[in-house]
Amino acid sequence: MSASVPTPGADEAPPAVERQQMSVDIAGVGFGPAMGGFLTTLSRNLLNEDGSPRLESTVSPGMPLQVICCERADGLGFGVSGAVTRARGIRASFPGVDFTQIPMAVPVAKEKLVYLLDPIGASRRSLAMRMADWKMRALGLIVGGRDHAVELPFTPKFMRKHGGLVLSLGQFNQWVSEQVTSSGVVQVWPGMPVSAPLIEENGVCGIRLADQGVNLDGTPSQGFMPGMDIRAGLTVVADGPVGAVGRKIDEHFGLPEGNHQREWALGMKMVVELREDSGLEAGTVLHTLGFPEPEIFGFLYVHPERLASVGIFIPSWFRSPVRTAYRYLQHYLLHPYLWRHLQGGVLKSWGAKSLQESGRIGEPFLAGHGYARIGEGSGSTNVLAGSGVDEAWTTGVQLAEAVIELVEQKKPFTQENLEQTYVRRRRQSWVDAESEIAADSRNGFQEGVVTGLIGMAVAGITRGAFFMPRPVRPVQESASALERIYASRIPPSELKQLREECAAQGSALHDRIMDRCGWLEIPFDGRLLISHQDALLMGGSVQAPPGYADHVVFIRRELCQNCEPKLCVEMCSGQAITRGEGGVPAFDREKCVYCGACLWNCRASADGEKGNVEFGAGAGGLHSALN
Amino acid sequence: MNNAYHIVVCAGIVPDPLQTLEPVSTATGPALKNEMMLPAVLDPWASHALYEAAHLAAQAPGSRLWLVSAAPKAKLQQVMMNVAQKASFELISIDAPANGFADAHAVAEILAQVIQSIPGLDRSRLLVFGGWESASRGAGVTMQLVGEQLAITDQFQGVDQLTVRSDGSFEILERIEGGRHLVSICQGPPALLGWATGNLPEPKNNPQVGMANMRTFMPALQKAKAAALPHDAVRYLSVAPPKQQRQTRIVKDRPADEIAVELLQWITQD
Repeated sequence: MSASVPTPGADEAPPAVERQQMSVDIAGVGFGPAMGGFLTTLSRNLLNEDGSPRLESTVSPGMPLQVICCERADGLGFGVSGAVTRARGIRASFPGVDFTQIPMAVPVAKEKLVYLLDPIGASRRSLAMRMADWKMRALGLIVGGRDHAVELPFTPKFMRKHGGLVLSLGQFNQWVSEQVTSSGVVQVWPGMPVSAPLIEENGVCGIRLADQGVNLDGTPSQGFMPGMDIRAGLTVVADGPVGAVGRKIDEHFGLPEGNHQREWALGMKMVVELREDSGLEAGTVLHTLGFPEPEIFGFLYVHPERLASVGIFIPSWFRSPVRTAYRYLQHYLLHPYLWRHLQGGVLKSWGAKSLQESGRIGEPFLAGHGYARIGEGSGSTNVLAGSGVDEAWTTGVQLAEAVIELVEQKKPFTQENLEQTYVRRRRQSWVDAESEIAADSRNGFQEGVVTGLIGMAVAGITRGAFFMPRPVRPVQESASALERIYASRIPPSELKQLREECAAQGSALHDRIMDRCGWLEIPFDGRLLISHQDALLMGGSVQAPPGYADHVVFIRRELCQNCEPKLCVEMCSGQAITRGEGGVPAFDREKCVYCGACLWNCRASADGEKGNVEFGAGAGGLHSALN
Repeated sequence: MNNAYHIVVCAGIVPDPLQTLEPVSTATGPALKNEMMLPAVLDPWASHALYEAAHLAAQAPGSRLWLVSAAPKAKLQQVMMNVAQKASFELISIDAPANGFADAHAVAEILAQVIQSIPGLDRSRLLVFGGWESASRGAGVTMQLVGEQLAITDQFQGVDQLTVRSDGSFEILERIEGGRHLVSICQGPPALLGWATGNLPEPKNNPQVGMANMRTFMPALQKAKAAALPHDAVRYLSVAPPKQQRQTRIVKDRPADEIAVELLQWITQD
């Protein structure tokens, strides 16, 4: 039987080329926490104590299951990510293990939820919020009377990470990869982007690796090596929310009725080396809201060795068509409540990532013939608790347990069998129970931040019994017209002039708009407050190995030409997308940190739902300097 | 005539991306701050040597290729997951620091001992490859010292090209000043080549090559012996990072002369 790969966005199917093939029992895509949980659990069960196969391969009889995992980035855990997690599932996988052996890991010691007031007066606060802020200031609730912040007396139970861990996800993933590969029974291949699933009539029969030796447009060049087809009895899809395989499976098979993936956020973070007397203890966790914009949530997690992860989330429901992350992150650092700790610090690392925040509502089909979905791309993130790592890990463990059960019973990886084993486990677990509570908790944010916060609180306190039943708008509607957003601050004629100037200069609009709205110039210090381009250089290094095609493609040029303002340009974390000739954005993959913001921010939609950006499997990405 | 070679590539690992690294003093001598937290890659200079070696081995059927690496084995294991996909070779792992502070003589001695103890190694076919410099050390003497320990007198540094001539001798291009090359003729093995960048592109990633390699790499990593490197040979006194702080920005359509003037002002500022 022949397999095909879906080619969304292509007018013509690419010419057929002869491809190498190899067969394995299980092919995995993406190495993150979910795959870590899967391989950790599976690898411990492949061999008997005497070294003979416990779970025997069907493609190599007499051998244990042949398991291969392909990771797009050219190193495992090279990206930056500070995380705080309750670590219930992770601890269950490693009973008795002292997690402080992992660099940058420490138990959560102190947790605070902090409302940040606006010390500048430039944020887009509603009148009601301004009045509330004024009352808080007047009542003297401000910490220390000078730090423009209110520490809430408690952290809601549904948000708490008490008993959990502060981690660097990069370090954690490296540690896990050492454990699973040192056994020698599973193989993890970084630097191996997977372009697509191999789809047969009603299922997935493997994966196709990205072509190598091609031009930026994908046409063969010197040393052309067509991507290999890896056929597998089970394809484990764990390539995250913007992964090419997961999205192509969704495009082919669709989502369960009523589900959608329209809520996103861009997380941008830094690892900062704190000064000696920063006043922050390892294990401290701060959740913040209110600044730099009411819609932007932030965090600060303190690791051992005077390191801290600090960052913000820009949600898709923050309806500014010139929203950006980097400059907002700098203003966030400068907030007096945080700056008193961060001043004198040094940026050690930087990075960004898209988060799929639809949660349970964004859940795809968890299993089909020959494939299963785990991790964030499977809708496992708990959007109420703001927790995804432990949930992703646990879904991987659940799939591994299901695989072990099926192989022991010599049952094939059919949709029915996977549903009876993997999906059943997941539905009966705490992951599912809590995601059910969280499913509608964020509906209120479609109507505003205050409504959203109330909705979250109601859903959290009532454990999902009550929530805001608001419809979620398609992503293309999530960014409102510039003129309407800034109607009270910038006259339309001036906005028009700013637009025209930026278009003529080929620059992004967000800096000009923020300047105009009263955001102060960032006082660069060359250490922590640095330009966006310097963050790319000092906080890491983008790897763009030659011989691979561009992984960001603007499908229909005419749609981009008529799109203004270009949110893909404004939101690009690495300034890799700029205004190009003829109104079509230009993409420079040597700056792309693979955050995926262009994918979900594209408003130039041809069909009202899917954007005009094809986000493929790219090699390389950002190597964070200290992750 | 049997043109098969026994090629040994000496390759360390280095932090990536390269950055201002902070030396610290520890009980076992100087080290890099957060050394085990820094992402690592195969030393770029040595990578070129490996690619050239793989290319040469492929041209000469019957050749064997080893990669000897002195590095923390946990880090080396991660690096090998990527490198293993690019070329077929046998790994010999020496568990040792890779922070650049180890004395070059001590490292060379261990490398030479390991090379001499490779089972079945035929000295008459031996080519020792490595980087002529290292991205973390820059001293450029380790390979030369390895050659001396092995009593290999034909040594070439800064090599960009090796061509096997019809009589089995080598034509070797070494970098010299002014962007030119010194052309040498060498009768053949044994020889030591410290590579510059070479001319070959990085090989494509091939999972089949990787799978075959990793079947032997994991046992090699598990067998890696800790190297007893003296830690009193080097004493860290102080370090001074550059005065200038990075200030990158994008400029368009600006004359090169203006950029040069501004750069000069920036470099010479207090």
